Amino acid sequence: MLLTLWLIITGTFFLMHAVPGSPFNEERTTNEAVQRNLIAYYKLDEPLAVQYVNYLKSVVTLDFGPSIKKSSQTVNDMISWGFPVSLELGLYTLALAIVSGITLGVIAALRRNGIIDYLAMTIAVLGISIPNFVLATLFIQVFAVNAGWLPAATWTSWRHMILPTFALATGPMAIIARLTRSSMLEVLTQDYIRTAKAKGLSPAKIVFKHALRNALLPVVTVLGTLAASILTGTFVIEKIFAIPGMGKYFIESINNRDYPVIMGTTVFYSSVLIIMLFLVDIAYGILDPRINLNKKEG
Amino acid sequence: MEKVLQIHDLHVQFSTYGGAVHAVRGVSFSLHRGETLAIVGESGCGKSVTSQSIMGLIPAPHGRITKGQILYGGRDLAKLKEADLRKIRGVDISMIFQDPMTALNPTITIGEQITEGLMQHQRLSKSSAKAKGLEYLKMVGIANPDIRYKQYPHQFSGGMRQRIVIAMALICEPDILIADEPTTALDVTIQAQILDLFRKIQKQTGVSIILITHDLGVVAQVADRIAVMYAGKIAETGGRRDIFYQARHPYTKGLLQSVPRLDREEGDLVPIPGTPPDLFAPPKGCPFTARCDHAMEVCARLDPEKTHIQDAHFVNCWLEDERAGRGSSTAEKSTITNF
Repeated sequence: MLLTLWLIITGTFFLMHAVPGSPFNEERTTNEAVQRNLIAYYKLDEPLAVQYVNYLKSVVTLDFGPSIKKSSQTVNDMISWGFPVSLELGLYTLALAIVSGITLGVIAALRRNGIIDYLAMTIAVLGISIPNFVLATLFIQVFAVNAGWLPAATWTSWRHMILPTFALATGPMAIIARLTRSSMLEVLTQDYIRTAKAKGLSPAKIVFKHALRNALLPVVTVLGTLAASILTGTFVIEKIFAIPGMGKYFIESINNRDYPVIMGTTVFYSSVLIIMLFLVDIAYGILDPRINLNKKEG
Repeated sequence: MEKVLQIHDLHVQFSTYGGAVHAVRGVSFSLHRGETLAIVGESGCGKSVTSQSIMGLIPAPHGRITKGQILYGGRDLAKLKEADLRKIRGVDISMIFQDPMTALNPTITIGEQITEGLMQHQRLSKSSAKAKGLEYLKMVGIANPDIRYKQYPHQFSGGMRQRIVIAMALICEPDILIADEPTTALDVTIQAQILDLFRKIQKQTGVSIILITHDLGVVAQVADRIAVMYAGKIAETGGRRDIFYQARHPYTKGLLQSVPRLDREEGDLVPIPGTPPDLFAPPKGCPFTARCDHAMEVCARLDPEKTHIQDAHFVNCWLEDERAGRGSSTAEKSTITNF
């Protein structure tokens, strides 16, 4: 895990410096003294190798340093302000996407080629193909501007959270629904489902106890990456709804060549992703006893 | 003898893009209490479909019973609703499938899989269900049932899994056990053990068994009565001795001649020439006509009626009809003694 993280840090660090431009060459110049301090702090006037070693040292102590552009803020500050907001939005989104995605997928599979199936899959295809910013603006227009039911932007009460959550959840929900449907259809043709039927079990038991658990394995796989990207914030949705999440910092830092912020947010994102993938592995072990994490037996 | 199950003129059809497949075309037989009835025939003759229609497990909506009755306990299973069938499945009639490697759910412990039917149908508590589960695991010959109870299917070998499937099918003490090719996926040595187990269980519980197989060796070991199926119809039924020593139907004889034997000198097996008829458009008369050495003109036109030979021995063949010439019948006899 740490090796993966180190590779990511190294890769990002050198790629970032390979991009032309520097944090200081825009018209919006920072104070001379501040600039000199920053250059000294990050050893920006020294060879890249020295900068790299210097940066690694600070990462080991979990200090990502001050931002170059926003002189009064450190990268740690940005993460600790932005991440809780992104996390909150992300958790709601994830919960909505998982619950509705799986429900939709299961229903579609059980009513295969029925009206509900076609309807659910149409929604799913739309959900995948319509970008969430289109959906977000549409939602704002319909529910906030025209109907006036919900606030259009900002992040203050639970009513503010509804629109961005739905806008953000539609895509992942569609992916989960399609995946659940296809893997459910496959599982339902398995011999052990026939065995369960021959035992005279009720349809609900067959679906939830025998089929769903086996059908969820592929869904869980996708969930890891999906969760990491949702939880760490999405630039577009946060921008549209004026939500003070992490996505904003991530994108702005790249435009500004704000090296420490780029590094900090990337490292943070990667860590979340790695943790999610780790959780997925644990979930596998729980769902499928054939996958043994301890490797005690063959 | 008491009849636990009676099937009358069963017809099953599958609708496909190519048209309707007439998989079962007028099958009738009955099952007596405590006996083992073997249904034999080559692949695609309708033997599995027949057994699945007893359980109401024909894959809907493509397959359906178009005609006929399946009488069990005074009720016609062919007309029962799904919810009522569920109360019969696993309780009164249970089924064992061919491949034990895939018949068990890989993510649920075998203990739970064995007892869940019990808990649903008899509303037993978890602990009493477990006690019964352990008892049945022991009965089918699983060592250390206490430890095994909590394990998953992948921790068992094929033969053991089939034992577990058998325990699972028997735990609600059914009247009828349908075993669809229960030994086909197993090694020969394991096969013998499983067949032994069937005999032992039948002695203990008095369950009636319908054994579906294409393996005449298996049939010879366990069957009391045999029904030979061909192209969706029953060709011949009779006791084990009737079928193995006094087969009357040319198809039955052909089947027996295509089985390798150690006690026969002449080396080559005699295959039955040709292939079974297309069940999209089944032939009008006897379906075996095209492959039969003794086919007569009537065979291609009219379906043969059921002719009684003796005791439980019946055959559906024009050669045995009283109106057929006696001459051909004696010619038949000579081939029988040859065999």
